[in-house]
This record gives sequence, structure tokens and C-alpha cells, in this order.
Amino acid sequence: MTTQSDFEGALLDANKPVPAGLSDGSGRPAGRRYWVYRNNVAVSLGDALGTGFPAISKLVGPQNFKNLAAIFLRQHPPKSPLMMHYGAEFPAFLEGFEPLKHLGYLGDVARIELAMRQSYHAADATAADPTQLQRLGEAELMTCRMTLAPAVHILRSAWPAASIWAFNMVPGSPKPQAKPEDTLITRPEFDPMPHVLPHGAADFLIALAKGATFEDALKVAQSNAADFDLGATLNLALGHGAISDILS
Amino acid sequence: MLDVRFSDVRLPSGPGVGYKPQHFNDILKNAFPVQWLEIHAENYMGDGGRPLAQLRHLSERFAISVHGVGLSIGGEGRLDPEHLARLKHLVGWLNPASFSEHLAWSTHDSHFYNDLLPLPYTDATLTRVADHIDAVQDAIGRRMLLENPSSYLAFEESTWSETDFLHELTRRTGCGLLLDVNNVFVSAINLGYSPQGYIDDYPLDMVGEIHLGGHDEDTDDHGAPLLIDSHGCEIVDPVWALLDYTLEKSGPKPLLVEWDTDVPDWQTLAAECTRAQAALAKVPA
Repeated sequence: MTTQSDFEGALLDANKPVPAGLSDGSGRPAGRRYWVYRNNVAVSLGDALGTGFPAISKLVGPQNFKNLAAIFLRQHPPKSPLMMHYGAEFPAFLEGFEPLKHLGYLGDVARIELAMRQSYHAADATAADPTQLQRLGEAELMTCRMTLAPAVHILRSAWPAASIWAFNMVPGSPKPQAKPEDTLITRPEFDPMPHVLPHGAADFLIALAKGATFEDALKVAQSNAADFDLGATLNLALGHGAISDILS
Repeated sequence: MLDVRFSDVRLPSGPGVGYKPQHFNDILKNAFPVQWLEIHAENYMGDGGRPLAQLRHLSERFAISVHGVGLSIGGEGRLDPEHLARLKHLVGWLNPASFSEHLAWSTHDSHFYNDLLPLPYTDATLTRVADHIDAVQDAIGRRMLLENPSSYLAFEESTWSETDFLHELTRRTGCGLLLDVNNVFVSAINLGYSPQGYIDDYPLDMVGEIHLGGHDEDTDDHGAPLLIDSHGCEIVDPVWALLDYTLEKSGPKPLLVEWDTDVPDWQTLAAECTRAQAALAKVPA
């Protein structure tokens, strides 16, 4: 009997022998016929990673990416049949991969790609009307709370991760400057876009996402960034549909 | 009162195509001769965004077939309850004309392999697959179609022929069948039996849909032909001939052209569908 444990044993490991009990239909051992399944698994998972992390593929080169994917998919086969979620462990894998230690930013660039994919499939939301804020009195403004749209992601990096992503993916993007960057991913309609956040804006938006009042979020941002620009932050967030509700 | 859970739309006995997002505009402009669309269930299990928006739009104009590729109906473990719930949700809101899945497994010990892996045809497999089909049909509240696999090898322990195995599953569960004639051709060449003989033995009256697709050619350790189901090229003449042979016995059926890798432009797909339509035109209704 060839159980599914027997069958899967050699699926991800080319050094393991073909499981017993499998034939070519006329009594000869299955041999490389089994390899078809092994190859299908490796190719389909490798392709899924390539589709999900195009900037990483560009940064390391397509052949290196294939080799990386081959190692990754053996260590982290999918845990869900939803391939749209495959590769959640890839950023940490890249950071822990010794031969890539000199490219310290890869993990955070991969996090941006992963977040953009999650954003692409996130629930739809109607953007809050920006004029709603203008209609609030000062007291109301300070006590209001804001809900971020489900497609919004905020990522913090010690590297210029968003600029590196853009430099590789958006023609004409400027060369990245060596500085830390916070990234806001928005999806005004269907296409996620990363934006570099001004100082303190990530603190402000993360606080709002956790349920803080406008005033408390503002305090957090100002204590972390003396040059926090509230107007620019609100324009960016409201202008790209990052805020779905203003609750006063 | 009408039961709103069930579509009163059936797949038309005309050409359909596996939907690819890059063809959205072409399809809305002029889908001819395509009459219906098939989607892979798992690609539409996100929470929102473009995939679901496109699907809602398309479902207003076309009968939709939902084709699962991740349920692992042949798996030794129980069906993933979360995945079953997602499927129930999708089938519930979309109310498609058909739901189908594969006689295969893809998940074991919570690892998903993203491939359709083969099963031994034994009494134990039969009982397990029948239980899983019952669970799926209970969850989605409707009959499903089960697709025959492409086989590259055989299990020495098998005691049932594939056609008898499928027939018995329909008898036990009331499910229908999705007949993939390319898979029949691939398996028959690979395992050394007659594809026409397979069709002769196959319960054609249970067929709710037929799949057509392209395959690649390779050889095994002994230089024998080894065909690989790739869905990445045109359908070969012997598979069209097998379709003719099948339709003559079965009468008209919904025909789906599958092209999943190296996806061509819409015109190339439409040309394959025109050929499928011509095959149907030869068959008395």
C-alpha cells in the first residue's frame, strides 16, 4: 500500500527514492513518472512565488530567485489552498538566508510586495469624505476616531524599502537614498500603491488603526517626530482612500 | 416559492473558456463564440478587490462554472472545514450554474502541494472519497461534478478501473461527472490503454461538462511516451477526435477549453472555442 505520507515523502526532496507500489501501468516501476508530480509541485509553487515577489526577483536576478524559491518552498510548503496567501514567511526567510546577508533590505521589500498582494484581495471599502473633517469643530476633531480601509497597510523599515521597490518596479523612479522609510499602502479602487510616509505619519496612522482618538494619535506622532506634518499626512491618507470612516 | 439557493441557469451545451483576468475587456467587447466561463474557486476566495468585482460583472452576462482546485477530495484526512466554509460562501453569493472538483488529493498533514496528486482505486479510497463528496454536497447544498485525473503512474494496489470507480461514486453520492477528454487521452497513452475503450466504459449519462486542453510530450525511463497535462498549448488532433467520439455517444454537452499556463491572446482561445463549437454542431441534439 502506498499511503499519502509515502507519496508526499519524496515530493519535495529529490534525494529521496520514488515511493514503492507505483508502476507504469504494465508492471515496471514508475521511476521518473513520479518526477512529473515532483516537478509540477516545484514549478507551480515557484511560479506562485515569482508572481508574488517580482521586485525581489529583479533585485536578485531571475535565476537566483528560482534557486531561492526552490529552497524556500521545501522549507515552507503552503499551509492553505489559497495561493494568494502563499509566501508569508518569505520576507523572514530572505533575512535569515546567509548568502543574502549583504542585501539587508530584501526582507522589507518583500514585506511591501506581500502587503500589496494582501491589499489587492482585501475587502472593498468606501473612502471617507475629506470634507467631513473640515466640518468638525476643534473639540469634535480631537475626540474623533478614524477607521483605516481594510486594504491599507503600514510598514516601517530601517531601509528605503518603498523607494527600492519603486526604483525596480516603476520606470522613472528616483534612485533610493540611504535612509529609513515608512510605507503606506493604499488601494483607492483596485490597484494597491505604496507611498513613502513623512516623519511621524506612521505613528499617527498606526495609533488611529489601534483605536486612538485623533488627539492621542497626534500626541504620539509629535512626540516621535518634532517635524510631524499633520496636513500632509491627512492629505495623503484621505486623498488615497486610506480612511474609510470618521467617527465623531 | 423558488429556492433562492439554487441557480436556475445551467451551463449551455456550447463552448466555454477558463476565465483569465487579462481577457476581461475582450470578453466584454465580444466573447463570441464563448457562451460561458469557468473560474478556479480558490482565486475568488479573497475578501474583495478586482477579482470579485470582475466576477460579479461577468456573472451578470455569463453562466459561471466554479471549478475547485484545492479541496483535496481524495485526501486521507478530513476535508478542511475552513476551506469548505469558504467554498460554501462563494457558491452561496455567486449562485453558479455548476460546481466541480477533482478526483485527486493536494493536502496532507496541512501541507498543500498545489498539484492534483493521484489516488489508488481501492474500496477504502472509494468509501473515503464518497464521504468527502457527501460532505461537499451537504455544505454547498447542491450536486457537484467530479473530474477524472491525468495519470502518470498506476498504484499496484488498485482493484477498480477508473471508469468503474467513477461510476460507483456517482451511484453512492448522486454526484455528476466532469469528463476531461484530454486527461483521458493523457492517461490512456501513459498507462497503455485505449482512450476510446475508456469512453466506451465511462458513464456518459452522468456527464455535466467536458474539459479540453493541451498537453506536453515527454518519455519515461524506457523511452515510452509520457504525456503531461499542462494546459499550456493548443488541443491536439487526437484529443479533438476523442471529443467527436465522445459527443457522438453522449450528445451535446457544455465544452470547456482550458489554457492555464502561457495564456495566449483572446483570439487564439476563441479559435479553439470555434473548433469546439464545430464539434458540437456535428452532433444531433
